Amino acid sequence: MSQKNRLQSGGRIDRSKALTFTYNGRQYKGYQGDTIASALLANGVDIVARSFKYSRPRGIVAAGAEEPNAVLQVGATEATQVPNVRATQQELYDGLVCGATNGWPSVESDMMGLMGKVGGNMMPPGFYYKTFMYPQSMWKTYEKFIRMAAGLGRAPKEVDQDEYDAVNQHCDLMVVGAGPAGLMAALTAARSGARVIIADEQSEFGGHLLSSRERIGGKSAADWVADIVEELASYPDVLMLPRSTVNGYHDHNFLTINENRSDYKGDKAPADQVRQRMHRVRAHWVVLATGAHERPLVYGYNDVPGCMIASAVSTYINRYGVVPGNKLVLMTTNDSAYQTALDWADAGREVVAVVDTRAKAEGDLVEAVRKRGIKVITGSAVIEVSGKKRVSGVTVAAIDAKGDKVVGGAQHMSCDTVASSGGWSPVVHLSCHTGSRPVWREDIFGFVPGPTVQKQLIAGGINGTYALEKVLAEGVEAGREAATRLGLTAADVQLPNVRSLSEGKAMELYHIPHTKPTSRAPKQFVDYQNDVTAAAIELATREGFEAIEHVKRYTAMGFGTDQGKLGNINGMAITAKSVGQTIPETGTTVFRPNYTPIAFGAIAGRNCKELFEPKRFSAMHKWHEENGALYEDVGQWKRPWYFPKAGETMQQSLDRECKAVRESVGILDASTLGKIDIQGKDAREFLARVYTNAWAKLGVGKCRYGLMCKEDGMVFDDGVTSCLGENHFLMTTTTGGAAGVLEWLELYHQTEWPELEVYFTSVTDHWATMTISGPNSRKLLAELTDIDLSNDTFKFMDWREGSVAGVPARVFRISFTGELSFEVNVQANYGLHVWEKLFEHGAKYNLTPYGTETMHILRAEKGFIIAGQDTDGSVTPHDLGMSWCVADSKPFSYIGKRGMMRSDCVRKDRKQMVGLKTKDPKVVLPEGAQAVADPKQPIPMDLLGHVSSSYWSANLNRSIALGFVKGGLERMGETVYYPLADGRVIEAEICSPIFLDPKGERQNV
Amino acid sequence: MQRYSGFGLLKHSLSYHENWQRVWRNPQPKKKYDVIIIGGGGHGLATAYYLAKEHGITNVAVLEKGHLGGGNISRNTTIVRSNYLWDESAALYEHSMKLWEGLSQELNYNQMFSQRGVYHTCHTLGDMRTNERLVNANRLKGIPNEMLDAEQLQKEIPALDCSKSARYPVMGASVQRRGGNARHDAVAWGYARAADSLGVDLIQNCEVIDMEINDGKITGVKTKKHGVIKADRVGCVTAGNSGVLAKMAGFELPLESHPLQALVSEPIKPFLDTVVMSNHVHGYMSQSDKGDLVIGAGIDGWVGYGQRGSYSIIEHTIQAIVELFPCTSRVRMNRQWGGIVDTCPDASPVISETPIKNLFFNCGWGTGGFKGTPGSGNVFAHTLAHGKAHPLAEPFSYYRFHTGALIDEHGAAGVAH
Repeated sequence: MSQKNRLQSGGRIDRSKALTFTYNGRQYKGYQGDTIASALLANGVDIVARSFKYSRPRGIVAAGAEEPNAVLQVGATEATQVPNVRATQQELYDGLVCGATNGWPSVESDMMGLMGKVGGNMMPPGFYYKTFMYPQSMWKTYEKFIRMAAGLGRAPKEVDQDEYDAVNQHCDLMVVGAGPAGLMAALTAARSGARVIIADEQSEFGGHLLSSRERIGGKSAADWVADIVEELASYPDVLMLPRSTVNGYHDHNFLTINENRSDYKGDKAPADQVRQRMHRVRAHWVVLATGAHERPLVYGYNDVPGCMIASAVSTYINRYGVVPGNKLVLMTTNDSAYQTALDWADAGREVVAVVDTRAKAEGDLVEAVRKRGIKVITGSAVIEVSGKKRVSGVTVAAIDAKGDKVVGGAQHMSCDTVASSGGWSPVVHLSCHTGSRPVWREDIFGFVPGPTVQKQLIAGGINGTYALEKVLAEGVEAGREAATRLGLTAADVQLPNVRSLSEGKAMELYHIPHTKPTSRAPKQFVDYQNDVTAAAIELATREGFEAIEHVKRYTAMGFGTDQGKLGNINGMAITAKSVGQTIPETGTTVFRPNYTPIAFGAIAGRNCKELFEPKRFSAMHKWHEENGALYEDVGQWKRPWYFPKAGETMQQSLDRECKAVRESVGILDASTLGKIDIQGKDAREFLARVYTNAWAKLGVGKCRYGLMCKEDGMVFDDGVTSCLGENHFLMTTTTGGAAGVLEWLELYHQTEWPELEVYFTSVTDHWATMTISGPNSRKLLAELTDIDLSNDTFKFMDWREGSVAGVPARVFRISFTGELSFEVNVQANYGLHVWEKLFEHGAKYNLTPYGTETMHILRAEKGFIIAGQDTDGSVTPHDLGMSWCVADSKPFSYIGKRGMMRSDCVRKDRKQMVGLKTKDPKVVLPEGAQAVADPKQPIPMDLLGHVSSSYWSANLNRSIALGFVKGGLERMGETVYYPLADGRVIEAEICSPIFLDPKGERQNV
Repeated sequence: MQRYSGFGLLKHSLSYHENWQRVWRNPQPKKKYDVIIIGGGGHGLATAYYLAKEHGITNVAVLEKGHLGGGNISRNTTIVRSNYLWDESAALYEHSMKLWEGLSQELNYNQMFSQRGVYHTCHTLGDMRTNERLVNANRLKGIPNEMLDAEQLQKEIPALDCSKSARYPVMGASVQRRGGNARHDAVAWGYARAADSLGVDLIQNCEVIDMEINDGKITGVKTKKHGVIKADRVGCVTAGNSGVLAKMAGFELPLESHPLQALVSEPIKPFLDTVVMSNHVHGYMSQSDKGDLVIGAGIDGWVGYGQRGSYSIIEHTIQAIVELFPCTSRVRMNRQWGGIVDTCPDASPVISETPIKNLFFNCGWGTGGFKGTPGSGNVFAHTLAHGKAHPLAEPFSYYRFHTGALIDEHGAAGVAH
């Protein structure tokens, strides 16, 4: 198909590079430098979407980020699908595949359009709140149909193969927007010696100058831009980021930039390149030079394809060499749009008329248009468009001076394009992200950034400054001010000559009146994507939704993917008028990040898949791998869960591991337990305050078990701490709790007890730890160490320093299994060596590796708790039957003391930890089962407590469990019942949690 | 109250929708009310409605600093569930759930309450244990809840990555099939409209700046715009600003106000019909009837009243979502926002009498306030009407921090605590 709307020459496209692309299954041609939108317009494609509610055909309205309609599905393969790509911002590349997101059987002739016509009148704003309620049971069915209409594009079904990354940046000055103001600000700051980042969402720098026929300093605008860019490139400390959208502005001058690295040239990133990159920028100063968006006017059927904003028409002509129609009617409230009439005429096509809403039009551009013989109709407006799938004509009528009502007879004109301009809205979005509210300027009929606590300057269109010479001057001024505030000597920058235009005063007008009242007039669209009309806004306010946030939420105005860039100000103006307020009284909704949508993948960066969180492995991991370990995720660690031998079930492995420990010797990789080195003259005092038990008398060479509580008196971690020297301790924590405990210690040290001299260092990764446990553990270890292991000199809860397998080691005689145990700690790099040596010598003792599951069983046989499994933030040491671990007589209080003494915490009938023996010893209680006194009671039942740990014990040849029962410590021997989901009820007897060796003799041999 | 129905829509379409009545009046405040409710959010409006409806107390004003429903009711991720761990909370949230079921009809305002199921995924043995415990507790309390293994879960939610190759592979999930989503604005507006029609005065743009307290008893409040308004009883339902109000009354609440963020994608065709929450990877998501993926982020560690949070939290949240749903990598995030949540040390709310006579507080809902809205309003109305706590509210007394009878729901209250 020929590009019927393409001009023979002109624009910034490269006619030597023809590109082929597919839209809705048909192939089209475009050129390098096109966007999808410009290429579609060049090919005469009118309809790019069906509207959300009414399924009305929609065409391209704008040329940038404010485009609400041309939102397409892009992607040649399943894995590279991208939903909701704005055609006006996506550069064309060869082979691009795209399509409309709605419409059946096609976007040109959509069956849903019939529904929209028939049912549209029954769909005022918020109609869904008023219906679909009866009968109650039908909502699910109604909703199925509602959901069928939901959404624009679709998510890919296959996984994105591309990568994304993020970089942190720091700069003196971040310039947002590389139009004339931004370029001047960046240039001035760069010349002053500042480190500058300048980013712009477009493919090249220049902003609206890329679409302009202005001359600057005697050069074409494009040449002038090229010179500036060249100079900026010569500064090593200037980073220029085209195709980079500053999408968020956060507190403390932190900004995020989404840089499009490759999706402008293909839907899959080339090998070794990322698709997109996030820049996380911390800037000393920020210049916002984000320009302004032109406002369309709101008139009858203003959504018919062919209705556009005036500046977009100029952009397509001047930048892309595309005239999006043949016969133009231009409607404007101001002078600037007259340029569009000139551009259209210069492109050789007909301007039917310029319809100016002002009673009087005067100004240089107006005169230029009149001189060209173009008809200018003043004091009038296009009140209605005719045509269904493309504009076929307009109805023009005279309006009163305020633009409130139609005062004259209507005349019809035939045309295929309507360009409108209601003036300009500064792009204040970023300035609002940090909580600053914009302020209304009566002189420009627009909001500009309000007061802010950020180090932020503004220049150009965002400041309501539109005349090019002033825009350039403001850019320089912002650059100079930033430089000065940065402590630099601001450089002088000569302002280039540009033509100066006299302009007539613009008219404040948003909503074009119709001969009929708004409620009965043809639909006048405010927010295209969500089908919000002027009538809808008026209805909302009549119903009492008067706050602008209410209007937004009730009508869905501004909820689309353009977030109201095109329509919001019009909507606010209509709201204001409707409730009899001024626009500033009505105010705006809150602009939030993102400025334009950003791929989840880009925000996630590298931190997904394998790198979502690091995997941590102990120094002996290689051995575990070679010996068939299966793993359990504990925190970030991969811990061996158990070591199955060929043909074994899990239970068989556990039985074998458990027996080996009790009968001979087993070995556990305990490296993952948190280890915190604590030093300082107040280390001992600090321990006494954070643990519930006493630490005053723990001598060098001794170890002690400790419980830690939060302020509420509830246990949150436990572990053994050893005294390495008078002012030096080594604390161990649970594997999962390590980081939290260190944070907790630091919190208390830094905020509550800064006077204590104590230092904490995480040494978890520095040591490899192996627990050798079982009656033969002494014999085995003795073969490899120079430490005297005899029971008299190396007592239970002692630790010794020496060598093991030829390397320096700390050996702790502590036990989590209840057996004679030695915990060998060596520098992590020696871990594997020592581990392997132990196995060399251990074969004769049947040294058996065991994992976390066996560890859990063995400790449960002894009634030892696991913090986090047998505790849940609601359990005091007393509830655990561990009152022996609480020393209330300590001179200074300890964390949790007051909490656990509160009346509810000393009740006798609290849930307390007990042992549980099932009536049938072969039945293992499921963990999480809930106890009741009477299983036959009706639901809701009175729950007594849950099973926290439960196992088959091969050593005891029966099941064992730990669990909580109300008043359990006083209910030994009583029976409780566990009704399960499958209907079974398990009966269990409350018993001591210590199932094996109640006197603790085995660990003392 | 004008009745809403499909027939009504048809009728009004014939008159160009020109004759719809106002949803609520804009009254001038009276000099004195039986009850003043400070805070016109979801909980405050629900409280007003139930006061009028169930207790016949209609001489009530709701004083709202900004516009109705402008706080957390309009900023949450709209999830409704009642699968809480402890008896006290499960009873309260289930009371709320029962009110949700039928609320559209009661208010004659479609709440778009969809019980499409809430799933809690388990990624570790510890997660599995916790969820088994929860499911059993709920089941025996008459709150249906069930466990699924990874295979069943994959069948029910095809887009969720249940493969073994995930960093923390999904081992199973608990699912409360009665859980789901509701339309947050409809909740505020539905209650507001119904309360207004029963005679409650909804006063917008009316900030309370002080309290009139004599001999330990509140007699009225001072407002910025309308001076002193007298009241026999005052209920304070101001979420993130509760601490500020308590300070006016001269006492402190055990609350911290933190920013909590949420975000949405652009609207895409529905591919997720349920709510999926993962405490382990810290992310949760559902998809609205408009097609937006609605995603809850974590809570910021710092305290403050600015309704925005840190970017790092957004990053981590998105990472979790891409981890759970790898196909969303190319879906695009449209917008993020923040609210201020008032969190108690035990992650449970305060619905209570206070040291000031006739002054009651309903706060501390933290990350769980939306689902609690009907139940909260219902029991708080009872509390205000009787001058003492509703039986379901009793355990949520302010004084539980004195006795230690905490209701620690950190496990069940949501993500990222």
